Amino acid sequence: MNLFRTALILAKKDLYSELKTKQILTTQIIFAGLVIVVFSFAFDPANNTTKAVIPGVIWVIIVFAGILGLNRSFISEQRNETMQGLLVAPMEAASIYLGKFLANFAMMLVVELVSIPFLFLLFDFKFLGSVPYFILVVFLGSFGFIAIGTFLAALAANSKSSEMLLPLLLFPITTPILIGVVQATKIILTNVEKLSSAIAWIQLVTAYDVIFFVVCFLLIDYVLEV
Amino acid sequence: MIEIKKLTKQADNKLILRGVDLSIKKGETVAILGPNGAGKSTLLKVLATLIKPSSGLIKINGLDLKKNHLEIKKLLGYLPHSSLLYDHYSPLENLVFFGNIYGVDDVEQRAIKLVKEVGLSFFLNEPVKNFSRGMIQRIAIARAIIHDPEILLLDEPHTGLDQGAISILNNVILSMKEKGATTLMVTHDFKQAAEICDRIIIVKNGKIVDDFKIENRNLGFVSEKYELQVEGVS
Repeated sequence: MNLFRTALILAKKDLYSELKTKQILTTQIIFAGLVIVVFSFAFDPANNTTKAVIPGVIWVIIVFAGILGLNRSFISEQRNETMQGLLVAPMEAASIYLGKFLANFAMMLVVELVSIPFLFLLFDFKFLGSVPYFILVVFLGSFGFIAIGTFLAALAANSKSSEMLLPLLLFPITTPILIGVVQATKIILTNVEKLSSAIAWIQLVTAYDVIFFVVCFLLIDYVLEV
Repeated sequence: MIEIKKLTKQADNKLILRGVDLSIKKGETVAILGPNGAGKSTLLKVLATLIKPSSGLIKINGLDLKKNHLEIKKLLGYLPHSSLLYDHYSPLENLVFFGNIYGVDDVEQRAIKLVKEVGLSFFLNEPVKNFSRGMIQRIAIARAIIHDPEILLLDEPHTGLDQGAISILNNVILSMKEKGATTLMVTHDFKQAAEICDRIIIVKNGKIVDDFKIENRNLGFVSEKYELQVEGVS
């Protein structure tokens, strides 16, 4: 129970910090807005083929806005060496990981909540697919991406060029998740008759999420050692 | 209280601690002196569970550090060079956050009391980033003792402090001692070591080379012993 209690305290601290400084969320939302505006000018919303671009744009926003947040997640604990304060406190390393994951995931969900409706609005997209499945895919994809990203952000934070290292480590490992969710999103948004195929992709992503979340949870102890 | 046997720490083929044997009783205030790179801070970091030892045995309160690190962490109050404080948080927010992690009861009242004790009650809700080095160190002291630890691990706590902050820090250490807390303090400040400690340990090249008790705040005795052991090391 202590593991979840301290993880929640840490997540609350990170979210409260964000509320005070508005550094990460603002950058993420501005980035998402820029991507949407640029794509809406590049592709004519009146054209039917534009629909095919939307799943890709959604995941471009999630991936790149996510990286902006992940990069800061552990680097912010280097100032005044506050990470040492967490490591000497009676909490497991897994609890630090879980707390950071929860904060990053919550911020990612806020970005999605703001940017995806804005994207649909600017692209004049009429949603004919399955809303619950769409939400499920976005949730699972973000979960896996942030779970692996939080772990790798902890790993990269000790490097001098962590902002370059994180994407280099993250993209190859999250590629199966990204392929799965882009395929599933495409089917759910544009070709809902093939839902069974989307479900197969969702199952693949779920399995990948569970495996990597558990692996990250178990290995974080070695990563956070001073 | 603290039992260390044959403790070694190796990093990048360099042996930082070379078989440290040390026993510290409950309530003792111990200063660890030594030249730069002797392994003083590493010893403190190992005790604070920040660094895993390469070999050896550490028991705190009868508990093995490897197996019972969570129980041991509850007993420790660690004050390193850095403040370990969040800049954009106020002293109250910082102390409440760390107090919550340690599971302190009535944490807000405890935090307010500690901020008052370190003489910064007027700055209770100001962000720490606006504070001077001395003020930050005072809050850092309060952070280290928010959970009323039984063991205080202090790494050069007097560095960069004004007289007011030094006297507050010394008072904190002495009042913790009265409560029965054990203090381990790495320092280069012989005057402070002689003033508040009752035992001195001299570390050189990762080994304890001298271990003696001091009486009547005898600064000359400490300096003499130190020069004798560390002579020739710059």
